[in-house]
Amino acid sequence: MARIGVFICHCGENISATVDCEKVAKVASEFPGVTVSVDYKYMCSDPGQNMVKEAILEHNLTGVVVSACSPRMHEPTFRNACAEAGLNPFLCEMANIREHCSWVHEKSDATTDKAIDIVRTLVEKVKRNEALAPIYVPITKTAVVIGGGVAGIQASLDIADAGHKVVLVEREPSIGGHMSQLSETFPTLDCSQCILTPRMVDVARHPNITLYTYAEIESVDGSIGNFNVKIRLKSKSLDEKLCTGCGACIQKCPVKKIPSEFEQGLGKRTAIYVPFPQAVPNKPVIDRVNCTYYIKGKCKVCEIVCPTKAIRFDQEDSFVEVQAGALLLATGFDVLKTNFFPEYGYGKYEDVIDGLAFERLASASGPTKGEIRRPSDGEIPKKIVFIACAGSRDPAKGIEYCSKICCMYTAKHAMLYKHKVHEGTPYIFYMDIRATGKMYEEFVRRAIEEDEVKYIRGRVSQVYEKNGKLIVRGVDTLLMGQPVEIEADMVVLATAGIASPGSEELAQKLHVSYDKHKFFSEAHPKLKPVETNTAGIYLAGACQSTKDIPETVAAASGAAAKIAGLFSNDLLKRDPLIAVVKKCAPPLYSSCTGCFMCIPVCPYQAIDKEEIKDRSGNIIKTISHINPGLCQGCGTCVAFCKSKSIDILGYNHDQVCAEVEALLNEW
Amino acid sequence: METNNTNNFEPKVVAFVCNWCTYAGADLTGTSRIKYATNVKIIRFPCTGRIDFMLLMKAFANGADGIIISGCHPNDCHYTSGNFHARRRWMIFRNLLDFIGMDVNRIVFSWVSAAEGAKWAEVVNESVDQFRQLGPATSYQKLIKNSEFQEVE
Repeated sequence: MARIGVFICHCGENISATVDCEKVAKVASEFPGVTVSVDYKYMCSDPGQNMVKEAILEHNLTGVVVSACSPRMHEPTFRNACAEAGLNPFLCEMANIREHCSWVHEKSDATTDKAIDIVRTLVEKVKRNEALAPIYVPITKTAVVIGGGVAGIQASLDIADAGHKVVLVEREPSIGGHMSQLSETFPTLDCSQCILTPRMVDVARHPNITLYTYAEIESVDGSIGNFNVKIRLKSKSLDEKLCTGCGACIQKCPVKKIPSEFEQGLGKRTAIYVPFPQAVPNKPVIDRVNCTYYIKGKCKVCEIVCPTKAIRFDQEDSFVEVQAGALLLATGFDVLKTNFFPEYGYGKYEDVIDGLAFERLASASGPTKGEIRRPSDGEIPKKIVFIACAGSRDPAKGIEYCSKICCMYTAKHAMLYKHKVHEGTPYIFYMDIRATGKMYEEFVRRAIEEDEVKYIRGRVSQVYEKNGKLIVRGVDTLLMGQPVEIEADMVVLATAGIASPGSEELAQKLHVSYDKHKFFSEAHPKLKPVETNTAGIYLAGACQSTKDIPETVAAASGAAAKIAGLFSNDLLKRDPLIAVVKKCAPPLYSSCTGCFMCIPVCPYQAIDKEEIKDRSGNIIKTISHINPGLCQGCGTCVAFCKSKSIDILGYNHDQVCAEVEALLNEW
Repeated sequence: METNNTNNFEPKVVAFVCNWCTYAGADLTGTSRIKYATNVKIIRFPCTGRIDFMLLMKAFANGADGIIISGCHPNDCHYTSGNFHARRRWMIFRNLLDFIGMDVNRIVFSWVSAAEGAKWAEVVNESVDQFRQLGPATSYQKLIKNSEFQEVE
């Protein structure tokens, strides 16, 4: 005989404002099998949880329904509470009357009736729940970190320092990411490379870190604790073991005029190249698209000059497979490019550049050695107009979000310009100034007050060229919408931060969710900011949403702590909500007919064949067998099974049928 | 499409949704406080691939006037391919429904991701309107006797 306890939560007023919780509790107390039904203001609080525990002990309950928020929120909380009172945690279910009822409907009888129906459904389900024991799987204590920017570097070092193995995968020839391109960092104006490059070297030297550059993720399978990651090592046309990084090949390479990606096209590089002088590893790769040998079949100058004979023209992509317990996504962001802004002449006029290109101009290691010179003629600009929110917060361009970093780096750019060109005048067109970090507001005030940066609140409608000047036409909304026209020598657009190219493909390979802008989604915006919805895969940095460096580093260390936490156990506890083949007594042993339809539909290759033998070892029949370590509990095989021989624990046939009946019968 | 002009008719709608996308999407509808019709009640499944389509017949037998099935978008399935199996099964099942004389408009098949709280409200409201137009679904109910599953004591 079922003895179910029903606990209705008011959630402060979140539920009780639209649902008559007392009535729900009263009606639920009359459901068949319900022994106790109460309502309380905050069920998840300590006294609330104690109510559940005491009721379990007092009434010897066989099942609990907590009717409150989404199970995605508090199911673990209440399952733990049940376990503490000695009730198997899988005999506890949550009826979601907040997200799916009180918050989406107005106060009415229909809303209360819906809540009652939801509770009834879960009561019928929980009556059919079985006591289950968690599954334990061993954990491979290696983390694969994808992306070698500051997030990946920080996380790799943190995990490696905790004593675990790390495999860091970077698709460019060097780690460093966007941070290595930056000139100076806000709000302290310390040099970006001075902070970052020692960390890059630490990564290369760390005994626990294996670094694969110029490499990409080919495929991932497995699950938390035991992923199998296949990594494609793109051919560098180089034997890395022999190469000493002397750079003779780079000096002699005859192809010298390729726009450098690292310099944002403002500088040039050779066909065999390292992206920048402080690259880690500091060994070159051959860009096969531009190399004369790969185009015309002859040249091989690099091979001739190489003192260690390390060049390998016939090298092909190779693959390594890594067993890992956790994955960390740190693939970063990119800035909006192309001719997205025809009205600003971006891509049309050489002197209209983006923020990242300005970073290179201002960087001491950049193409101008840190002098601010315009790309078209190398002159020092007398007036620069910075346009904030170029693309960001602009629904017309499809980007509603705030890129978050532009207000600050634009203020920084204007300051750097003023520091280097004292007689110059920087103008900033802005919508709002969002300076919310520590010392950020003070930094912007400094730009305005000490460095006399001219902030103009308003949007720019057009940038066009006239007599060698860029005419910027905008509006000053603080002067009653008065039109403003500035003859500038250079225009810098703070273009929107966007997801790194390839994010979508990567997300699909890893089965992590992403938002409509292709940024990876966190498991919970507040409580699980560094986890994805896929167990064992974590997030750090700007691949989640554009972030500045302090936030990125904090997220990376957070994710690293999560991974170190996971690795602190030898065994991983997993929910046992998996599929099972039903067994029965001889002579049939199972209703499974051996059609094996379930095998090809299983996404995890978790199903194989099992032979049932009699005492003398003769095979009686062959049936399906599900490997509990591999099964993830999707239940696709259950729906495919024609003889209803497979069922899934936690969502079994009886449970879901009872739910359908309970939902509809009293409606 | 059958039409029925009973204006006061409120259809009973069961939503079969997957845990990872649409259930979470419906949670987001709640968190965003977007309102929708009370007619829809949700049953959670691990994946749309788990949904045995006999359950849809069971829902009709028990008095549902309309059904929504919703899961992750193609390529976004938490389990890689469950939603593709569900879609393929649906393509076949809807022919069968049509053949036995059920109005296929009584089932709405959609994709709602965990980020699409507003879309879930749209799907619900549009479906409820559609089912309201169709009127009560009684033809299949009359054929079936209830309670093949006994009460658990």
